[in-house]
Amino acid sequence: MSNVLILADFIGAKLSRTTAELATAAARIAEVTAVVLAPVGKGSEYAAAVSHGPITNILVVESDSFTTHGVAASADVLNQIITTKAPRAVLIASHAFGKEVAGRVAVKSNSGIITDAVDISADLIATQLVFGGSTAVHSKISHGVPIITVRPNSITPDLREVHPIIETLIMEIGESAKKSVVTSVQPPEEGGRPELTEADIVVSGGRGTNGDFTAVEAFADSLGAAVGASRAATDAGWYPHSHQVGQTGKTVSPQLYVACGISGAIQHRAGMQTSKAILVINKDPEAPIFEIADFGVVGDLFSVLPKATEGINARKA
Amino acid sequence: MKIAVCIKQVPDSWAEKKMVDGLLDRVNVDAVLNDLDEYAIEEAMRIVEAHGGNDEGGPHTITVISMGPERASESIRKALSMGANGGILICDVALAGADALTTSKVLSTVISQGEFDLIICGTESTDARMSVVPAMIAERLGCAQLTYASAVTVDPSAKKVAITRVTETGVEEMFGEFPVVVSVVEKINEPRYPSFKGIMAAKKKTIETMNVASLGISIEGQWSVVVDASLRPARAAGVIITDDGTAGDQIVAFLVEKKLI
Ligand SMILES: Cc1cc2nc3c(=O)[nH]c(=O)nc-3n(C[C@H](O)[C@H](O)[C@H](O)COP(=O)(O)OP(=O)(O)OC[C@H]3O[C@@H](n4cnc5c(N)ncnc54)[C@H](O)[C@@H]3O)c2cc1C
Repeated sequence: MSNVLILADFIGAKLSRTTAELATAAARIAEVTAVVLAPVGKGSEYAAAVSHGPITNILVVESDSFTTHGVAASADVLNQIITTKAPRAVLIASHAFGKEVAGRVAVKSNSGIITDAVDISADLIATQLVFGGSTAVHSKISHGVPIITVRPNSITPDLREVHPIIETLIMEIGESAKKSVVTSVQPPEEGGRPELTEADIVVSGGRGTNGDFTAVEAFADSLGAAVGASRAATDAGWYPHSHQVGQTGKTVSPQLYVACGISGAIQHRAGMQTSKAILVINKDPEAPIFEIADFGVVGDLFSVLPKATEGINARKA
Repeated sequence: MKIAVCIKQVPDSWAEKKMVDGLLDRVNVDAVLNDLDEYAIEEAMRIVEAHGGNDEGGPHTITVISMGPERASESIRKALSMGANGGILICDVALAGADALTTSKVLSTVISQGEFDLIICGTESTDARMSVVPAMIAERLGCAQLTYASAVTVDPSAKKVAITRVTETGVEEMFGEFPVVVSVVEKINEPRYPSFKGIMAAKKKTIETMNVASLGISIEGQWSVVVDASLRPARAAGVIITDDGTAGDQIVAFLVEKKLI
């Protein structure tokens, strides 16, 4: 049976929306098998969460090594599954963890790798956007099992409800995958806001907030949006590093990106330029961020944002 | 302690980039040291400085390794002027356009031949932006992978490295034993500027050149092929207004028009 494997994307214990996006892309190629890597005793709970998207089978592997040995353990197991199931391709979410798993699996299985795909065709041609989204590159893998990482929020997910056939596999994890050891994990504070890379709308604040994110957060909440920040804001300690958008932060591709008090340095743009729509609020009409704005307001974020927030909340009332 | 720092020369991020025959045109743009690698060089310096330095004849050395064209030696020289002891440049026509699989194979071969204890990389190159090479090197060496470190502590006598990293799941503490591959984020330090003394000293330091044959490996060709590359339609110019007190309402109207509310 020809199939495509996807690595079900869990952030901590929570299944991300990207999983259904991976399944949707994979289903264009062949039947979809989702691989679920879970801590011991959590396999059925994790598998049950994989209930939406065109998925026919689920393979569950339980091991506490996924938590203690991270990337290396996940790659080890995924590669064993590739060896036994000989899939047409493997799709993985394109974030730091997913890309490293993909890289290690590519080495192990002697296969080509493409990262940051925004689309995949039925004949396995992947689209990547380069040079700030100005150029589309189509490429395909010419050796081994294609290992492709797909950017969250790039593919419109088919969210049909499914009841896949669940199979549990018992696997030994190799010693060389246990060389790095996680000794503690401090989960981020639950803000109640959506995850940055998954959110439909991201509202980011920069140096222009002067450290006061109240207006940015209120505007984000009126839209049910995630909150991001420029490096100037995270470096100043105004917002946690995990919320940084840009080259050395997260790459986001939401329906709407709102840049408040952000100048639009090339490193910031690298993380948000492929957003479907961009709204800018900046005091300086010369700020380069206006070059990529669909709608731009030259003005003070402290007076513009509260009025917009009020307007949105009034519509909801 | 033998430290290797893997660096790459990249087209200047500020330069306009073009594709030629499906590959990035690297010939006609200014080339610079990948700025994210400067943090790796700086961290290597701080680690040796915390344990007695890397003076000639001392217990610690820093070797800069780069795969690239001949002119990549300029980037190695910059790292040497920041204080690294020597460099290795792997330069071969067979490596032009090499992908991450080939790059990691070449680098891990040099690293295992040199028996390094600690390998430090930046988190990504600003041109390819794949962020997979450090993990691939660790995989090929079968050694510990401690990536995206925002703090690194090394205990040379216990041969242990501990790091702190910020991930999707929170703040993680991790450790591994030599040999260890570490990648560092840009928050970790502030790279030093080469001093005049450093620049002069770097001129006398050795850069060894290797090629595929001298490494004793074979290059198996491409793992992926570019089918085509095309310019996307330019973003339609946006509407820019100056706030006259009604910008809030106009934003609401824009969101309604885009069906976002
Ligand atoms: C190796 C490296 C990696 C980097 N990685 C990243 C990254 O991942 N993400 C990132 O963001 N940056 C990154 N940077 C930094 C980047 O170059 C910029 O320095 C940074 O993005 C600037 O942040 P900013 O736009 O908030 O600040 P600034 O450039 O200072 O811009 C602030 C803007 O706010 C406006 N403003 C001020 N007050 C108001 C007000 N009251 N109302 C409205 N507007 C106002 C100003 O007009 C100005 O345009 C990186 C840099 C390097 C060297």
